[in-house]
Amino acid sequence: MLIKKPDVLKAADITPYEIYLQRRHFLRAGTALAASALLPGVAEATTRLSGIVSSRYSTSEEKTPYKDVTTYNNYYEFGTDKSDPAEYAQSLRTRPWTISVEGAVKHPKVWDIDALLKAFPIEERIYRLRCVEGWSMVIPWEGFPLASLIRQVEPTGNAKYVEFTTLNDPAQMPGQRSSVLNWPYTEGLRMDEAMHPLTIIAVGLYGQTLPNQNGAPARLVVPWKYGFKSAKSIVRIRFVEQQPKTAWGRAAPSEYGFYSNVNPQVDHPRWSQARERRIGEFFKRKTEMFNGYGDQVARLYQGMDLRKNF
Amino acid sequence: MWNVLQNPSTRQLGFTKAALFLVALVPLLRLIWLGINDGLGANPIEFITHSTGTWTLIGLLATLSITPLRKFTGWNWLIRLRRMLGLFAFFYASLHFMTYIWLDQFFDINTIVKDVIKRPFITVGFLAFVLLIPLAVTSTNSMMKRLGGKNWQRLHRLIYVIATLAVVHYWWLVKKDITQPLIYAVVLALLLGIRVLFKARRPRLGSALKA
Repeated sequence: MLIKKPDVLKAADITPYEIYLQRRHFLRAGTALAASALLPGVAEATTRLSGIVSSRYSTSEEKTPYKDVTTYNNYYEFGTDKSDPAEYAQSLRTRPWTISVEGAVKHPKVWDIDALLKAFPIEERIYRLRCVEGWSMVIPWEGFPLASLIRQVEPTGNAKYVEFTTLNDPAQMPGQRSSVLNWPYTEGLRMDEAMHPLTIIAVGLYGQTLPNQNGAPARLVVPWKYGFKSAKSIVRIRFVEQQPKTAWGRAAPSEYGFYSNVNPQVDHPRWSQARERRIGEFFKRKTEMFNGYGDQVARLYQGMDLRKNF
Repeated sequence: MWNVLQNPSTRQLGFTKAALFLVALVPLLRLIWLGINDGLGANPIEFITHSTGTWTLIGLLATLSITPLRKFTGWNWLIRLRRMLGLFAFFYASLHFMTYIWLDQFFDINTIVKDVIKRPFITVGFLAFVLLIPLAVTSTNSMMKRLGGKNWQRLHRLIYVIATLAVVHYWWLVKKDITQPLIYAVVLALLLGIRVLFKARRPRLGSALKA
């Protein structure tokens, strides 16, 4: 009788260690793939938000369809085409996620995203969004006033501006592998703009947590400014004394000013800002001063030359 | 096979022309298909504008590639495709222009005039389109005869200017990522550069032959 020595199999013979290490990623990619197969145009499955309260700041205008809101995006971290974010943002991992609130404050704090989601009442804010490129949408955001977050950390007298920083990780954000912009994406607001009740941290849209391509897990929404002011996938909120440098301001200072308030009278150097195309509409419509939020925000800029401070 | 490529029969050339005609219609058919099937995305007018603009550029570069291709391969019949390519470039340029005038601005003449004067990228795009018109008008055999070969050729050298303006038009409109316009610029530079080389070499070659 021939007795064969059994082959000794090591774990490494079956699954290479590197691949073993990627098993969660693999599972997650599989789930995302399955989800995207069910929901075309949605990079990663979102979950329902509960206990949402309505807000008097909401517009009653017709909302832009969910599909358009989630497939027509400017989010250069995932590519410069409007369709790129919906296509590539599934590589963004939004858990674990922290947002560091720091700088000129008495109580700096590193927020865990899940704690932050429970910390403040979530409101629905149906806002107009006007892109600097000349198109607009009406989006039902879910979120809370940035002011609530700011009050908690108690800014000091040196806090004159707030700087927002987006995640910088080319492994998750393929668009960052090309230097279209100076990564990480940064944006900024003056303190009074940041404290304004219209300024919110959005964590969802259409009643669901934010899809990745819309800036998950938490982003800024400043409805009277051009869309690029509303930084996405925020990891740091820093209170500073000097006016912070912004990503687009560094890229083209003559085209994208610090304020970037929606203003039909001040054209982009290369195109007119007088009118806009509301997504879903055939005819262009007139662009409103401060995107129609003048009653609430015009006083912030009293006495300022908005041509100079564009 | 090589023979056919060197010297196709009238019938074979006819087939080639018909095939090219159909291929050149594909971008338009695609737009119509997408339009019917709700496939133009959230901003259909922007989609149509970009698509017709892209195909105008491709048409211009394809037209400009005929002469170098002919010289490299010796396939002289290629010249007989050039008019169609040029006219297709004009066709897509017209669609592009109409999309802007009609769908985008809806015949708002005031805004259009202001745009053309004030926005450099629109100025050069408009200029490129206007310059294309005489080329399209003089593309027929009878016009060629009426103008005479030399004059006709001189006029049609405008395509060098037009293609350059078209690339500049694209370059100036892009917000930040210039990858795409850069690709067109490089191809155009190659196509024009080859011509300069040809021109520079020809006289020397001639004198070498004489000697």
